[in-house]
Amino acid sequence: MKTEEINEAIQETDAAIQEADSRESVTFGANRNKDFSKEPMCLSGRGVTRVFHTGKITTVAVDHVDFDFHRGELISIVGESGSGKTTLSKMLLGLLDPTEGEISYMGKPRDISTRAKKKEYWQGIQAIFQDPFSSYNVFHKIDSVLLDCINMRGDKNLSKEEKHALMTEACSFVNLKFAELTNKYPFELSGGQMQRLMIARIFLLKPTILLADEPTSMIDACSRATILDMLLKLRDETGMTVIFITHDIGLAYYISDSVYIMEHGKFVESGKPDKVMLEPEAPYTKRLISDVPKIHEPWDLSTVG
Amino acid sequence: MKNILKSCLHSPRFMTGFILFIILLGIALFYPLFHPGNPLQMIGQNSFVEPGTYLSLYDANTVNLNGKTSTFIMDDAAVNRADSNISEADRQTMLAYLAAAGVDVSHLDTSHENLDSLVTLWQENYDSSKKVEGYTTSAKKRDLRTLNSRLLAALNAGEQTLLTKNGDEEVRTAVANNAYVRSNQVANVINLPLGTDNFGRDMMKELAAAIGTSLIIGLIAGTIATILGLVIGLLSGYLGGIVDDILMFVCNVFTVIPGFVLLILIYYSVGQEARGVTTCAIVIGITSWVWTARSVRSQVISLRNRDHVNLSKLSGHSLVRIIVTDILPYIASYVVMAFILQVSSGILAEAQLSLLGLGPKTTTTPTLGLMMNWAMLYNAHTQGYWWAYFPVIAVIALTSFSLNLMNTGLDQVFNPTLRD
Repeated sequence: MKTEEINEAIQETDAAIQEADSRESVTFGANRNKDFSKEPMCLSGRGVTRVFHTGKITTVAVDHVDFDFHRGELISIVGESGSGKTTLSKMLLGLLDPTEGEISYMGKPRDISTRAKKKEYWQGIQAIFQDPFSSYNVFHKIDSVLLDCINMRGDKNLSKEEKHALMTEACSFVNLKFAELTNKYPFELSGGQMQRLMIARIFLLKPTILLADEPTSMIDACSRATILDMLLKLRDETGMTVIFITHDIGLAYYISDSVYIMEHGKFVESGKPDKVMLEPEAPYTKRLISDVPKIHEPWDLSTVG
Repeated sequence: MKNILKSCLHSPRFMTGFILFIILLGIALFYPLFHPGNPLQMIGQNSFVEPGTYLSLYDANTVNLNGKTSTFIMDDAAVNRADSNISEADRQTMLAYLAAAGVDVSHLDTSHENLDSLVTLWQENYDSSKKVEGYTTSAKKRDLRTLNSRLLAALNAGEQTLLTKNGDEEVRTAVANNAYVRSNQVANVINLPLGTDNFGRDMMKELAAAIGTSLIIGLIAGTIATILGLVIGLLSGYLGGIVDDILMFVCNVFTVIPGFVLLILIYYSVGQEARGVTTCAIVIGITSWVWTARSVRSQVISLRNRDHVNLSKLSGHSLVRIIVTDILPYIASYVVMAFILQVSSGILAEAQLSLLGLGPKTTTTPTLGLMMNWAMLYNAHTQGYWWAYFPVIAVIALTSFSLNLMNTGLDQVFNPTLRD
């Protein structure tokens, strides 16, 4: 890398941090003591199961899980790799059918049997994926990614200028300059910028439910704070439900309103973060908590399985 | 796109293959322009004429008589003339006679290089009156005398007298041994760079036409096979489930039945009359899509669960749009490479079919396979008429080699891990 490029990158990061600092920041976990059970139900599931067959081997990825997600709640689903988090998220998104069990959306059983119904469902639920580098079609320019969202929300007939204004607004919400991005390809951006563009997409679509599948695991710590901040700000503005899937129990403790701990396809513990993290009952939760390295203390690795 | 073209130009493998291919294509396109005429016209009365330039003897003499000659003095003209007039058997006789006469001939043989020394020794030592052991009978003596006079005539001919007619009058004209005419002064010259085949047809013209036909067959067969394989692979890979099961069952059936046997059966049942170039290409195309389908399917399976495809689904795009814009561009480079290989295997399949006598109808256009078939039927390979089959083999090998080189070159371009 050339010195100029490095300097440019440093300046860019500095600018991003300053921007993040100057913005009125969102208090993480402000709603943690709010009782969401009185809010209307967004998404709930009873006995949701998914089984994979590979030859003669049968894998139960998600095993009879029950959940109730309310409007405006920030739910974290925590578990280690292979615990079934991503399979569950795909079922919630309707990309994968459950083998067994029922998912209800807005209090009614979910019906996504036809393409029109699926399209309607996806206007209500959207996702941010883990890997920003593989989330974009490398053959499409950034404009077309954002235009897709505008068309999806039904603003197909807007004039060119109006569409342009909408895209500029969405980009500036995530501290990106649309004028600089237009006619660029996603792979010309950094990982953090790509993930911010994903949030801009959500900003345009304004879904009722956002499913964020480890959106910060591939991002460096500085950009992580920026992205979380933007996500929470968007949640505060739109009042959407956020399902946050992560393996980072520390992060889940700080941001969520309720936590589900997942082990081998089952929810072993769930509830308010204070209750789950501070007074864990399940041995798996205890292990997850002890795996978080603590500053000022020697790291006890004896519980690592 | 620009970058891909640029890296193609920088890939030595691709460029070698591409240049070879362009040369072959150039022969097919331009040779018929400079040498027009039906490639299947039978110009030779005798079969398997050796490669070379043929001058009409009759016309050569006419030119000479009109006096448009040039005079050259060439030191080795006499030896060259002797060389073409004294047969191998005569040289053996000369050697044997000299050995019997007690001359040391151990350093000599009958080759062109030694002819000069052999002739000198013969002139020094041959004496018709001398008695040499083994050459005492009158018949043998007579043979030696004629051999000697032929040799002297070839070496010392100052000029020859030709008897021609000018009106009613007979004219005797002397032709000097150092008089030459340019080959294009002769009215009828036939240039046969590759000789003729068994039917007396110009092999080079036939070969140029055959390259063209075979490339067309390869192109049609390759296009059909690639499109079929691509559609089946995409549908089977992306849709999965029962569609995948059914399509893969068909694929397995095609894999289990040997493709070539199927090809022969279909082709045989079509019948001789219907077998044109296009039919041949179509039959090859519809029997060779299987591996393209299989490999496209496996590529699609690895792509269909990628996040960008999921995001496209979440954006409400239709199945066709997802396949065309989110899957196809990712496998396009692969499909291009598969197409090149399909063209190559189409050309080879035609050659195999035609060699078995199941090629396109034999009377309209030559193909590389048909030319091999003719050479084989008329025993060119057992009688040493190499020009009837070797150029064809070389062209088939070069075509397939150039296409494969282009394919591996493209592989390097598209797959950075294979670059040096």
